[in-house]
Amino acid sequence: MKPTDISAPDYFHKVVDCQWACPAHTPVPEYIRLIADGRYSDAYMINWQSNVFPGILGRTCDRPCEPACRRGRVEDNPVAICRLKRVAADFKDDIKHRLPKPGPKNGKRIALVGGGPASLAVARDLAPLGYHCTVFDGDPKAGGMMRSQIPKFRLPDSVIDEETDYILNLGVEFKGGQRVDSLKQLLSENYDAIFVGSGAPRGRELDIPGRKEAAANIHIGIEWLANVSFGHVDKIGRRVIVLGGGNTAMDCCRTARRLGGESVKVVVRSGFEEMKASPWEKEDAIHEDIPILNYMVPVAFKLVAGKLIGVIFQKVRAEYDEKGRRNLVPSGEPDETIPCDDVLVAVGQENAFPWIEADCGIEFDKWHMPKVDPKTFVSTNPKVFFGGDAAFGPKNIIWAVAHGHDAALSIHKMLSGEDINERPLPEVHVSSQKMGIHEWSYDNDISADKRFKVPHRDKVVALKDIRAEVELGYDLKLALGEAQRCLNCDVQTVFAAPLCIECDACVDICPMDCISFTENGEEDDLRQRLKAPSPHHDQALYVSGDLKTGRVMVKDEDVCLHCGLCAERCPTGAWDMQKYLIDMVQAGSTCQSKARSAA
Amino acid sequence: MTYIAKPKFHHPGLKKNELGYTHRDYEGKISTLCAGCGHDSITASIIEACYELSIEPHRVAKISGIGCSSKTPDYFLGNSHGFNSVHGRMPSVLTGANLANRDLIYLGVSGDGDSASIGFGQFAHSIRRAVNMTYIVENNGVYGLTKGQFSATADRGSKSKKGVTNTDNAIDLVAIALQLGATFVARSFSGDKTQLVPLIAAAIRHKGASFIDVISPCIAFNNHAGSTKSFDYVREHNDAVNRLDVLVGREPISVDYAPGTVQVVEQHDGSRLALRKLDADYDPHDRLGAMTFLQKHAAKGQIVTGLLYVDPDAEDLHTHLDTVETPLNTLDEQALCPGSAVLDKINASLR
Repeated sequence: MKPTDISAPDYFHKVVDCQWACPAHTPVPEYIRLIADGRYSDAYMINWQSNVFPGILGRTCDRPCEPACRRGRVEDNPVAICRLKRVAADFKDDIKHRLPKPGPKNGKRIALVGGGPASLAVARDLAPLGYHCTVFDGDPKAGGMMRSQIPKFRLPDSVIDEETDYILNLGVEFKGGQRVDSLKQLLSENYDAIFVGSGAPRGRELDIPGRKEAAANIHIGIEWLANVSFGHVDKIGRRVIVLGGGNTAMDCCRTARRLGGESVKVVVRSGFEEMKASPWEKEDAIHEDIPILNYMVPVAFKLVAGKLIGVIFQKVRAEYDEKGRRNLVPSGEPDETIPCDDVLVAVGQENAFPWIEADCGIEFDKWHMPKVDPKTFVSTNPKVFFGGDAAFGPKNIIWAVAHGHDAALSIHKMLSGEDINERPLPEVHVSSQKMGIHEWSYDNDISADKRFKVPHRDKVVALKDIRAEVELGYDLKLALGEAQRCLNCDVQTVFAAPLCIECDACVDICPMDCISFTENGEEDDLRQRLKAPSPHHDQALYVSGDLKTGRVMVKDEDVCLHCGLCAERCPTGAWDMQKYLIDMVQAGSTCQSKARSAA
Repeated sequence: MTYIAKPKFHHPGLKKNELGYTHRDYEGKISTLCAGCGHDSITASIIEACYELSIEPHRVAKISGIGCSSKTPDYFLGNSHGFNSVHGRMPSVLTGANLANRDLIYLGVSGDGDSASIGFGQFAHSIRRAVNMTYIVENNGVYGLTKGQFSATADRGSKSKKGVTNTDNAIDLVAIALQLGATFVARSFSGDKTQLVPLIAAAIRHKGASFIDVISPCIAFNNHAGSTKSFDYVREHNDAVNRLDVLVGREPISVDYAPGTVQVVEQHDGSRLALRKLDADYDPHDRLGAMTFLQKHAAKGQIVTGLLYVDPDAEDLHTHLDTVETPLNTLDEQALCPGSAVLDKINASLR
């Protein structure tokens, strides 16, 4: 293998698994260290810069970082990254003075369709640069699906208000209760750019016999959740069936438990393991006495005298063809009828753009989705950008934020006369953390603690009040313990081959057997010859140049604890622990061509 | 030197030996030696050898004297018996322990000061008596604990860190061990674990006095130009006569060696040593030849390493003394004091 080029920004970025996995590339270990240090406001600001909604995401994020967390490969469970984010939000001081100020207006006007996370992220990035941002939303308050679809017992209004206000107070104009019904009309108002962040607002239908006849007791999940959220619905039947296995289904069933649903069941077509809902959301539902029945396909609604009395299910089992694709085939068991008073249908969401006229210059693909460039988020109309669920279908908040950053950068570049396809490289800082012979600026003593559980409100109390937040969040003691579990993967092991005397000290001390000195070879061959097995080929090998004996140093990044013992034991300083920070480029970042930045 | 304890986490894919232990289970406390010390690599090699042989840690006694080297038993086999004795007195303590309990595996760990100066006589007598042990000298040619004065194994003409030339002749512990009748003699280098680990494993399986001299560079005081015990010097002047694989059980010998280049030595306990010859003329069964070979190469400034001599039919002290198979420390009072009638009989036989 060729010597690893550690100057490529991506190399060390990938070693910080959590940050690499985060769509917004939040510097996770950096903020976790700040939490451990009691610097909650600083930790919050780092999050706010990257993901815009730390308090909201700290309660609701889909956490792509956690399955990626190195700790999960070292022991049973990853660090509770998401809930530590909430700690930063819960314990911060007033940070309003640290937020950007509305910049002097540059005369450019941006219209943002939809007041959800994607549009708000765009506005957050562009307003301080002087753009006049106008956000349109059909609901009276900003937040989009974060406000309408996520139950209050998971995400209180106060948190949404606080974090949407931080953005609106940047001089963003919010036009609540004004749904955009015509893109053509909006285009005619001569905005300099339009961002569409209108989400995936339509719940998928379940067209089976009895649907129309029993319509009064069959509700589309996201619409029903929105109605609950805005107080239009405050009760449901005693026996409720929730159809669907995603996070919306989990929100539906738990909400139903709080509105009079004494016997609430979730019924899914697939197996329990393949459900789309996050494992922790399934756990929370089960904890609230909601059984999840699997391998059951709804075939008809059962009515008596025009009134819904149950749902008929066909029983299926999974069969896999030679390509590993799953087919659900009837198991041959008799159909089962589950009695119920109400049904909530949460079988998916769809995009809907009835308000985009055919002659707006927006092309759609065969799935009726707008053609959007995945890098710049521009549509086929160069002035119209898409992001969030509106761009590529339903994902989660953190993706919407990431899209928002990229779209904002495109809009800023376009309106500065730059090529939006030229994406500036991120700014990277790498600095030694050595403080003394065996002292480092970070705590390198690895905690052996298991993942700490987040305290929950007592179930009886929680089920009585739909607005009572179930998770109470870590207290400071638990937060410190959990923060100490972070392995500081951003403090990188950096190797200088010319200094190495091949004494083996690093090999001998490494608790994870990451380091080998061996003859060079092709990657597949090298992976066979390392000191410990190397099963994760997506984890890089760090290969040095030739050493004096003609061998090379090979480090498997896979399970490195970043404990720094290699550097402590190295007599010549060939190993050093260096902190790697990467600033993803956002609109207005310093490395964007300054000469041509917007007026 | 490191303040934090080595994390307990280990690689999730580590292999386990027959006892279900990983090599991490053979570790001791974290080393307090200087960063990069060759001794730490010897520690790691002992750990590796014991892991590979699936040795039960509680069946090992590790005994040392005084010095940097003699600190190391604290850093391996944390669940074994240990005794840190007086300077240079490891061989006597080990001999005593061995006589009392012949069932344990004895690891004597010493240094060039401990064995070639203050304990030179002790070293000689334990070898001469054929105590069943593995005697490892971690040889760096300097007194590291007292800031790097030449030790008795420093080569004549080599230079100290301050530039002073050594005018005394060196003691070659390997030559002495051969001359005193050691039945397993090897030399190796802390920077070459592929050579060292099998040598330690073979020595542990050898019944009789096994002696290994391991050149172990002192990073703080003896790793400079002009030293003959530095990483660079040893790597440039290393003349390995053979490479060793230790085979326990009856598995076939791997065939990737050229025919005729592998010599198999079967030891008393059934373990086999597969020796891949690097020097075609070298015969590890020829004690006299080995001594001559060593002297010739030493005169040329070369450091001969590998398994230098082995007598597969060796006997040990217990055989010579005709002691009972049962360890003496487990004999009951009746066996140890059979009564005046037996004493009378013995006395009568001596009249």
